[in-house]
Amino acid sequence: MGLVASGKAPKPLTKLLNLGRKYSIWMYQWGLACCAIEMGAVIGSPRYDVMRLGVIPFPASPRQADLVVISGTVTDKMVPSILRLYQQMPDPKYVISMGSCANCGGPYWDSYSVTKGVDQIIPVDVYVPGCPPRPEALLEGIVLLQERIMNEDPAARWRGDPIVVD
Amino acid sequence: MTAVGADQRQQMAYVATQAADARLNVEVETEGMTLNIGPQHPATHGTLRLVARLDGEQVVEAEPIMGYMHRGYEKLAEVRTYPQVTTLINRIDWLGSFANEVPFILAAEKLMEVEAPPRAQWIRTALFELSRIANITLFLGDMAVQLGALTPVFMAFRDREFVLNQIEAVTGGRFHPNFDRIGGLKDDLPQGWINDTKQAMEKIRDFCDEFEELVLGNEIFEARSRGIGIVPPEVGLSYGLSGANIRASGVDWDLRRDGHEALAYDQVDWKVWTHPDGDSFARYWVRLQETREATHIVDQLLDGLPSGPIMAKVPRIIKVPAGEAYAATENPLGEMGYYIVSKGDLVPFRVKIRSASFSNISITPWLLKGVYVPDIITILASLYFILGDIDR
Repeated sequence: MGLVASGKAPKPLTKLLNLGRKYSIWMYQWGLACCAIEMGAVIGSPRYDVMRLGVIPFPASPRQADLVVISGTVTDKMVPSILRLYQQMPDPKYVISMGSCANCGGPYWDSYSVTKGVDQIIPVDVYVPGCPPRPEALLEGIVLLQERIMNEDPAARWRGDPIVVD
Repeated sequence: MTAVGADQRQQMAYVATQAADARLNVEVETEGMTLNIGPQHPATHGTLRLVARLDGEQVVEAEPIMGYMHRGYEKLAEVRTYPQVTTLINRIDWLGSFANEVPFILAAEKLMEVEAPPRAQWIRTALFELSRIANITLFLGDMAVQLGALTPVFMAFRDREFVLNQIEAVTGGRFHPNFDRIGGLKDDLPQGWINDTKQAMEKIRDFCDEFEELVLGNEIFEARSRGIGIVPPEVGLSYGLSGANIRASGVDWDLRRDGHEALAYDQVDWKVWTHPDGDSFARYWVRLQETREATHIVDQLLDGLPSGPIMAKVPRIIKVPAGEAYAATENPLGEMGYYIVSKGDLVPFRVKIRSASFSNISITPWLLKGVYVPDIITILASLYFILGDIDR
């Protein structure tokens, strides 16, 4: 157990670590449906440009990612893949659920093949509402996640405590 | 634009099969290997999974596995009222959403025996073409990025925004407008929209010119797409290919011209683009020309926009009389049609969706036989499917 993982790190050091983590998020994009295109606009369009927030898209593998954005309809057939993706990511890991489908099933709330919310299988940090959310909404979601990272105790992620944000 | 002659193509194909045979039989005996692509891969526009059995560097057999995006549209449509169904079917082909609504509304209008007023039909057609541009610009960038050129996708996203802004100004939605109503449209055009749209069309034409030089004139792009994934016209037709995929094989068939739906295509002067080669390059080329043609169609439609109401007389609560109707239009991806069976209720009894990508993807097992691994990506990219359109 390192200093941070034991929870004995002094507060200024924790803040410094959090500041570093906040502005170097590797974002893995799990693009499933319509929202994937808006996520693509966030990544690829010069108008939105997510990199100015210190978020780096296109890691080679989920094993190198800090954040995964689940964007789009999660179907029951897709669930095992998402679960495996989440298990492959190293701690501390964050999840943004983008769009109504990933939040709660959205327009397919009565469909037989759609999982009603990705939070049934993996814990979600930030929900971005909309169908699909505008690119600005995803940017706000990322900013909210960065606030959360700044205020959290890094040791909590290792200990598995429920996360409390001041 | 130099087209390869038919006999030359035949000869090339013959040499290629001979070479493939020699490699497979004599040169090396390699153990088979199974390559799994997907279900989530940035190059598949969604969640297609492809299982390819390889012999060395060549594909022996490839099987697409679908259903990762199956959301049960046909079943859900049975418990939605007619205006609610359009909300749902927007999301089938998420890049050109407005184009999805039109055939459904046309089929419902056939059953109700109403026809939208001319102004509504013209605006409908203009929005239809705008959604085609929004759809295909992304393809133009995306196929280049899959062949290793990163810049075009940034340009595509940049210029696509102009079109999305125009769609949003009318309908209120960037992606999913839900703007079409049985008997007309929800609203009229906002003030100043026509001029703004013409400026946006100018920009899209510049974008097309830029891409013609940047991508089509690129040696690497040409080397990787010319002669790759050749679809002969008869094979394409037997697999039910439609849209730009079949026009790139030289079949002059376009439902905008050949269909009989109540849209304003016969009022404007435009051209159907075809290419004789049938390879990946041809599919890209045809789509690029179609984007440019679509800007001209929009310009002409906005010039001659008739005045008048935008909504026919329809009851407030829509009950569609019993009967069956089919309407199909030329969507950005190909022929899209809806077969509606009504029993006279508020909801359709059955809706069968004929979507273009489902047929387009069905050719992949035939097409991928014997190709090299890097060409899988070229062929999949050039066939251009959207997973929501395949699985529904």
